[in-house]
Amino acid sequence: MTGSRERILGRVRAALADVPRDERPDDVAVPRDYASAHTGDPIPTLVDRLEDYKAIVHRVATGELAEAIAETARRRSLARIVVPPDLPTEWTAATSASVVRDDGLAVDQLDAMDGVVTGCAVAVAETGTIVLDTGAAQGRRAISLIPDVHLCVVRADQVVNGVPEAVAQLDPHQPLTWISGPSATSDIELDRVEGVHGPRILEVLLTGE
Amino acid sequence: MSRTFVGMPDFPTAAAEATRDPQLRHNLREATHTIRDKRDSAVGELDDWAQLRAAGKAIKDRTLRHLDVYLEQLESAITAAGGTVHWAADADEANDIVTRLVRDTGEREVVKVKSMATQEIELNNALERAGINAYETDLAELIVQLGDDLPSHILVPAIHRNRAEIREIFLRTMAEWGVPAPENLSDHPEALAEAARVHLRRRFLDTKVAISGANFAVADTGTLVVLESEGNGRMCLTLPETLISVVGIEKIVPSWSDLDVFLQLLPRSSTGERMNPYTSTWTGPAEGDGPRNFHVVLLDNGRTDTLADEVGRQALRCIRCSACLNICPVYERTGGHAYGSVYPGPIGAILNPQLHGTSGPVDASLPYASSLCGACYEVCPVAIDIPEVLVHLREQVVSGSGHAMEKATMGAAGWLLNDGRRLGLAQRALGAARSMIPRRAPGPAAAWTDTRDLPEIPERSFRRWWRDRANGGEGGQP
Ligand code: SF4
Repeated sequence: MTGSRERILGRVRAALADVPRDERPDDVAVPRDYASAHTGDPIPTLVDRLEDYKAIVHRVATGELAEAIAETARRRSLARIVVPPDLPTEWTAATSASVVRDDGLAVDQLDAMDGVVTGCAVAVAETGTIVLDTGAAQGRRAISLIPDVHLCVVRADQVVNGVPEAVAQLDPHQPLTWISGPSATSDIELDRVEGVHGPRILEVLLTGE
Repeated sequence: MSRTFVGMPDFPTAAAEATRDPQLRHNLREATHTIRDKRDSAVGELDDWAQLRAAGKAIKDRTLRHLDVYLEQLESAITAAGGTVHWAADADEANDIVTRLVRDTGEREVVKVKSMATQEIELNNALERAGINAYETDLAELIVQLGDDLPSHILVPAIHRNRAEIREIFLRTMAEWGVPAPENLSDHPEALAEAARVHLRRRFLDTKVAISGANFAVADTGTLVVLESEGNGRMCLTLPETLISVVGIEKIVPSWSDLDVFLQLLPRSSTGERMNPYTSTWTGPAEGDGPRNFHVVLLDNGRTDTLADEVGRQALRCIRCSACLNICPVYERTGGHAYGSVYPGPIGAILNPQLHGTSGPVDASLPYASSLCGACYEVCPVAIDIPEVLVHLREQVVSGSGHAMEKATMGAAGWLLNDGRRLGLAQRALGAARSMIPRRAPGPAAAWTDTRDLPEIPERSFRRWWRDRANGGEGGQP
């Protein structure tokens, strides 16, 4: 297959015969005068955009997080909740649901969970997006994918205004999942339906305002 | 074996047939108008859209003009991250590589995330010949696969099907593929989506090999990016042990920071959302998280031929958003199948003849499948001047023509001038784009412009005319 590598690269070079030999990639100017953000008011914007895409948002005072998680779990009748190994224990201190720490659960064990609680890495206000990077309080990707209800804790200091700020903060070497509302499809007559294969319910607990 | 586009009739024949199907025309009109309005409001929210579009265009131009550099950079970054890179000169080679990789795992089943590149190479048929079952997991792809149908739209491949037809397909076919549809299945989109969820759930949890494409491949980090909505992408990218991604060589962006442009341009142009529900990015296999084996197949399959054409090259900037399909008055009337390829609509009209050459009747007729109204250029997030490329390709077709070519191409022109006009096609509504199209095309294509009904520059822009028309105002004349 090395043959094809050389062949394709050779064809590419032949196809670009019109490009001056001394032109470097950076010589092709890219105008970067687009805005880094379109809002200066991140928290209300985030709440508005999350709700627009059918996520449920709770603004929770610092110190009341455990109670808010417990209340949400009760309302959703979550009997079993999976959490990443490093989720702060105080977050789930008040819930009566059984809390399972992920120590490499099999997919079928994850499939038996009613919900998941995670933190996040960054939230993007103007698109209503939460980004998980498998870092602190987030765990591996499968745990926030298989259970049907995702409770995600977002700290106010994790919220940025626009997409460029988020891209700049995130580490591409971590696997990233950008989440904007619950899973959805518009494949049938372009009619948006929330809830297909990913979690059908996304509840965001916004703290630290 | 699922259906293929091979042997499809040329554009005028297929188009004339499609425009006689009232159900199809109804489905298409509803769907394209809905998505067009959503796109307009999502794009309208950003006052720097023009700047983002200019940046997107420039980033892709930089990539294409130095594609050899970026391909090698991407290869070494993916390799450094623990992935394996394969190079495929054409569809057969790509299919052979993927088949071998799947065989090496010992598995006979794979799950697939919607990917234009694997449709283009007809990977599912190749796998089937090797005794491997490929299951599409995107809802629209599932509808197409179960219905033994062909895709007709880039983003929503089953756009030509309405809810009643989808219900019927699910009831009739799900059982032979796996978990059956419930007997009392209604045609509500919620119920149909739920049936798909149940049908595929076990498959996601059990299947060991997944095949994806990528929306972007970042050269400096080796990161692949997939945008999706349903979570089927996350399932396929996270749960299996082996992941094989088939990526066209034009999918590269030079650097991670370039994503700040494309993660704004693509969702708003495509689904008309501020952001699609899920975007996954990954750089090689991650320790203890997701597939342990990761392969990338870099696909040429005609792209370097396209690159060699200085005018046509810009088609490789395409990020497959499908905005040009949704706005196109010809696509709205003919649907996607008439274009005889997985790439329909205006982008298909310029991409297919370049990827395949213009020696076949379908591809030769495609550059004529347009009224050159310019709406596609206006909505394109990477500013591909589709009318310019169409005129350029017409010239090539005419200069290379034998009698068969002439028949096909003049047939398409005839369709536009006759059926198209009868259907109220925007023959003379050229709008602002008018100024970009030469009055008299150079060379042999002059024959086309000479005989064409050349319009006066209209007072209203095409988009304005179109909106007025959609709002019940008098249409027909710009
Ligand atoms: S040509 Fe432009 S508008 Fe059409 S699909 Fe490609 S990027 Fe989108």
